[in-house]
Amino acid sequence: MSKKRIKTEKQQIRRAPFIAIFLFFVLGAVAISFGEPSRVLEQATQICLSCIGIG
Amino acid sequence: MDFIRKWVQALFFLLTNGYWNFPVTRGIYQGPLKVICSPGLNCYSCPAATTFCPLGALQQLLGGIRLALGNGQMYMGLYVVSVMGIIGSFVGRMVCGWACPFGLFQELLHKIPSPKFGIWPFLRYLKYIFLLFMVILLPLFAIDAFSMGEPWFCKYFCPAGTLEAGLPLLIMQPGLRANLGVLFLNKIFWLLLFTGWAVVASRPFCRTACPLGAFYALFSKIKLVKLRLDSDRCTNCEACHPVCPMGVRFNESPDDMECISCLACSKACTVGAISLEVGGVSIAKQPVKAR
Repeated sequence: MSKKRIKTEKQQIRRAPFIAIFLFFVLGAVAISFGEPSRVLEQATQICLSCIGIG
Repeated sequence: MDFIRKWVQALFFLLTNGYWNFPVTRGIYQGPLKVICSPGLNCYSCPAATTFCPLGALQQLLGGIRLALGNGQMYMGLYVVSVMGIIGSFVGRMVCGWACPFGLFQELLHKIPSPKFGIWPFLRYLKYIFLLFMVILLPLFAIDAFSMGEPWFCKYFCPAGTLEAGLPLLIMQPGLRANLGVLFLNKIFWLLLFTGWAVVASRPFCRTACPLGAFYALFSKIKLVKLRLDSDRCTNCEACHPVCPMGVRFNESPDDMECISCLACSKACTVGAISLEVGGVSIAKQPVKAR
């Protein structure tokens, strides 16, 4: 009975989220190789006054 | 479960706003943690913010894409999109219900006793227009003489930025008040509108205007963690309709793009037809409640 249930659950496993997560990880790795996180950090540590409606 | 969700919301609020030295420094946090993406809408110009806002970062990168590429720097927003995509693929709009500080703000406002109203369903599509135009196309193509685009959503609309960054910075740095003008009045208008609206309607900003929610909504069918409807158990009693803070009719559309997986419907379901699943496998099936 339990084997049957496990089999049913295995059949229900969706692949789409795992494929999407993998693709976005690859995209992230490409971005890191370009050094983009350092640019994001640089932007995030500065106050852009006009961006928040001041100035 | 709602009790746990509130604690998770509070935890994310504190994690993404964990820089409590700002009254002393009178500035924003500038440490290395700001390379981490905030899952929810949390302005990185907020004095307490310890992480970056994905929407703000994406607009800045798209606005400066010509300059960056011209200098041989491949800064195209891929890092931000990848982080948003990973979060979206895992939990989608569950972020809105469990980890967004501005979502928590609206939920607390909605607890204020007042007459409560619904939101016209067609307004939900506005947020996709905001995502496409104010976050992507306008920063990318509406450029100035220096080939720079502006962060249109942050600059002209985002009420979270006004609440979390604009107002606190004006309080801490009185010298900035000389720079206030029509732009800030416009931002205050949107903040007041959504603050007042959140008192009388549930999560109006999430439902009508949040581009981050719109992006995560694109993952509603494929996300790893989501709610599942057991159609064999469901009696279509519609007990899930009035409790949903997003106006979702779960028994009619279990993969609705508005669903924030807050589990309110699961709690209300008397026949245990709504459960949480991970990758297709049910992990928290609700027991059938006695009537």
